[in-house]
Formats: sequence, structure tokens, C-alpha cells
Amino acid sequence: MADQNESTPAQEQAAAQDPAAQKNAQLLALLHRLFGADAFTDVEEPYGLLTATTTREQIHGIIEGLQKDEELQLNFLTTMCGMHWPEKKDQELGIVYHLHSLTQNIRLRLKIFFPIADPVAPTLTDLYSAANWMEREAFDFYGIIFPGHPNLMRILNVEDMDYHPMRKEYALEDGTREDKTDLFFGR
Amino acid sequence: MAVNDTLEGTHKIIESAREQQPNLNPLAPTVNDFNQELTTLNLGPTHPATHGIFQNILQMDGERIISGVPTIGYIHRAFEKIAERRPFYQITTLTDRMNYCSSPINNFGWHMTVEKLLGVEVPKRAQYIRVILMELARITDHLICNGILGVDTGAFTGFLYLMDEREKVYEIYEELCGARLTTNMGRVGGMERDLSDVAIAKLRAWLKTFPAVMAEFEKMFNRNRIFMDRVVDVGGISAERALNYGFTGPNLRAAGVDYDVRVMNPYSSYQDFEFEIPVGTKGDTYDRFMVRNEEIWQSLRIITQALENLPEGPYHADAPHFYLPPKQAVYQNMEALIYHFKIVMGEIDAPVGEVYHSVEGGNGELGFYLVSDGGRTPYRLHFRRPCFIYYQAYTEMVVGQTLSDAIVTLSSMNVIAGELDA
Repeated sequence: MADQNESTPAQEQAAAQDPAAQKNAQLLALLHRLFGADAFTDVEEPYGLLTATTTREQIHGIIEGLQKDEELQLNFLTTMCGMHWPEKKDQELGIVYHLHSLTQNIRLRLKIFFPIADPVAPTLTDLYSAANWMEREAFDFYGIIFPGHPNLMRILNVEDMDYHPMRKEYALEDGTREDKTDLFFGR
Repeated sequence: MAVNDTLEGTHKIIESAREQQPNLNPLAPTVNDFNQELTTLNLGPTHPATHGIFQNILQMDGERIISGVPTIGYIHRAFEKIAERRPFYQITTLTDRMNYCSSPINNFGWHMTVEKLLGVEVPKRAQYIRVILMELARITDHLICNGILGVDTGAFTGFLYLMDEREKVYEIYEELCGARLTTNMGRVGGMERDLSDVAIAKLRAWLKTFPAVMAEFEKMFNRNRIFMDRVVDVGGISAERALNYGFTGPNLRAAGVDYDVRVMNPYSSYQDFEFEIPVGTKGDTYDRFMVRNEEIWQSLRIITQALENLPEGPYHADAPHFYLPPKQAVYQNMEALIYHFKIVMGEIDAPVGEVYHSVEGGNGELGFYLVSDGGRTPYRLHFRRPCFIYYQAYTEMVVGQTLSDAIVTLSSMNVIAGELDA
């Protein structure tokens, strides 16, 4: 019965108190084992969800590895979306991936950041069919280019739009301004 | 025997068409193998059978669909952008305009996300009330989907039966918040008001009468020859493909995967209730219909349990910084007036952080990814809208089938345009 993998009573107690933290620790160990500790920066657990930042060169390999990993089977791309942080030098644009393993019930959030002057990220459409429209949405809103995407065109906005509206430089106008009255509103 | 032969023949046609599918390319061939010209058919944007404003450009060989290109975005209202300059309460009204067939689920999902960010603990009674209302919303969502599926196969009676029941549920909403469709009865930290005696009486009365109507509806459809001919083996998708496409909710469960957010990541006391997750086998239109029917019964079970075990106590958290005070208190109490003002004007900053919270919406996993930079509004808010995720599989599901099959497939997928485009 003296199995190396057998957890100590203290560990069991900790797991019983916070199973999410235990799962995150196991997942992080797996990530480090598969891809090396250098691949991830800014590892944290906001509100119990393991979050890590990696690079756009590595992201495709990491997600593919996690999807094919027999133990984890990270087989579900919950969602992905673009982000814009104008004040982060050379890291202005980002993509956030939410992944989920339905067999283990483990969620993982991965992020990549890259300069807005070079808005290119690898496509995941070869791994998940779900990524097709999500990437089109990220392209539409933030102008992120996904080389290899089968049909990278705008999805929610009109084709002839010449900007990417979710970027922070396009601020919404102030709803309380008074110089613009529409007398015929609500007729 | 004859029926089986026909089905087998249909399968073969579907398989061969899928193999030849020219990768959903709008520039697909314009003639078929016999040099006959193919037809390009615009299904939508405003076709009565598309149930919303979205377009499918289908290429047809006779009545068979060869390929298709879905086009969406006709009612895109930039909710994610608008949310970036709205305080948290004002975003509630954006959420219930997404899946307007089950607004309370969207509202409470958003409120729970904010509660997670702010660290607000919701009392048990409020959680149970939310469960009751969310299950009512799920029932109305499934009722309209299945009722409309009946209409699309030519059976109008079932729709009328079910709409009557939906109205009764809306009367319960009306009792709680005054609104029927775009409800707004939740608050960050609990409910706006308690379940009134009238609302409970209405709910109990409805719980008594509804099962008979539902049973009659099922009797009309479940083994109906005409209905089954139209929906069995139509618009099917395998479990593997469904997972790869990111399906959730009844559409995924119809394919045989028992993934349900309520069970896997329980929220709002769902772990206290006993219910089952109905699953299908083939993921076809009939399975989706049956899964939704069965879920309605399971939701009724949950509502009954929640109503019987409704805990006593407050219906909102004691969190004056975040919980919008009841109107009566605002009129009579200076502190309440101040907090009401500060909350409505968004003068209370949220903590820095990012949070993802998901609920089981009428259509599947409805997720909210909220990034806060410590200001009064979200820095970034992304809605994981189940319709948006699974509608892209539509063309793959209907290629090789006929136009009438495409109609019932679309209707059984329950694509809500408000959620699709957001």
C-alpha cells in the first residue's frame, strides 16, 4: 500500500478544504513538466482559476499538447477573446483562452500578449472548430491576424469598416452630453 | 422495412454530400455531376423560418444542400463595447437582451459574476429564489423552442398550448418585478424583493396545472408519425464533433455528452437539489427535442424542491456598498438614499481582478469574462454566448440534407439572434 502517489493525511485535509487549489497545483505541475517552467510567466489564481501567460510562439504547441495529453484531455475550448492594453509597451494586444477538461473538470486560462504593430497570433482552427468564429471575432474587434485561418473576415461588423472598434482609442461617446439632442427620439 | 430502406438511402446521400463538401467555400462549383446548374438560395436574413435575423447562403442541387455560408451580425449592438463604460448595474439590461427567451438566467449569471468579483456572499433564501426563477426561465426557453419546432413541422396546436403556459410564467415574473420579457429582478447580492405571497400562490397553481399540459404536448409529438418522419436522423452531429465545436447545453447533451454546468460547477445552491441530466444518443433534431422536453420535467423537479425547502431569512446580502437598496428604504432612509445614488452613479470602485463565471443558460454554458482594472466599469467584458459558439456548426449539420430538414434543424438548435450577435 506504500504508494509514492499516495497523499498524506495533511494533503488530503488540504484538498478537502480547497479542492480547487489542489487541482490547480496538480495542473501547474503538469504544465511545468510538459512544457518547462520557463514557458509560463505571471502564474496566478484569480478567483480559483489557474491563469498563466505565455508567448505567441508557444501557445499553439501548448494547447495542442494539453489537448492530446491522455491524463488531462483539455478537449474543450470554452472561449477566447482579444484584449487591448494601450499602456503596455510592446504588449498592447492580447488574447485570452479559456480551456476546460470535461473529463477532469479542470479549467485553465492562458494569455498571450504581443505588440499592436505586429498583431499576429497563431490560429487554433486546426485544433478546435470552435476557434473559427472566435478568431474572426477577435479579428473584427481588435484587428488580430491569424495566419492560416480558413476564412478570416469580419463577422459581426460590416466588411467595409476600416477600423477595429474594440480597441481603446475608439472611446464611446459620453451618454450625458447635451450638445447633441435628438428631438425626434422616442416618437 | 420500407422506412428503414429510405433512412439508409438518406444516410448514404448525406455521407456522400459531406465528403464532397467543398469546405464551405462561397466559390464552390456551380454545376453538379450531370452539368446541371446549382441554385444559390438565400435563407434569410428575414425569413420566417430563421427565427431571427441571420442569413444562410445555401448552394442547392435540386432540393439537396451542397454547401452553405452562414452570415451573422445583422443585429450586432456592440454590447461588449458598451459595457466598457457602464457601471455594473447598468450592464444587467444588456444581458437580458441577449437570450430574451430566458432573461432571468442571463441577469443572475451577470450578478453572480459581479458577486464573485466583489466577494459578496448571497444568503441561502436568495439563492433558492434564484434557482426557482432560473428554472422557470429554462422552462419557458425550452417551451418556445419546442413549440416553434412544432410550427416548423406544420403543427400549430402544440405551440398555442405552450405559449399559454409561458404567459402564466410571465405573470409570475410580472408579480415580482413588473416586467415580463426583459426582467430585471435580481440585484448584486440577492433579489430586489422577496417572493410575495401572490407570486408563490401563482407559482403553486401553475405547478399544479402545467404538468398535464406538458404531458399532453408530449403525447401529441413524441410518437407522432408525421413529426418523427420530419425530425429523426435530421441535422445530426456526433459527440466528438459537437465537443470540438464547443457545443454546450441541450444541443451537446442530445449528442450524448452529459455536461451540465449546474452539476459540474454548481452555483447558487444547485448542489442541494436532486435532478438528472437527460442525454440523447445521435444528436439529431429528435434527440434535441426530447432532451429539452425531459429537461422541462427536471426543472419542474428542481422548482418543487426549492419551493418546499425555501429557507427563511433575508433575501439579499448585507452589502450596502453594492446591493441597491429597496425603493421604500430609499424614500425613508438617508443612508439608503446615499448608497442608492452612489451605486447608480457608479461611484463605488470594484477591486482589481479578473473573473470568469458561467451558468447553464437555456442554450448552454453562458459565461461572463470580466476584467476589472479597479474602476467603476469593466475594463473588458466578454460574453461567452452559447449560440455564437454552436451556430457555426449549422452548415456542417445540414449539408447533404434537404431544405425542409435545414429548417427543422435550425429551429431545434434554438439559435437566438440576440445572443448570436450580442
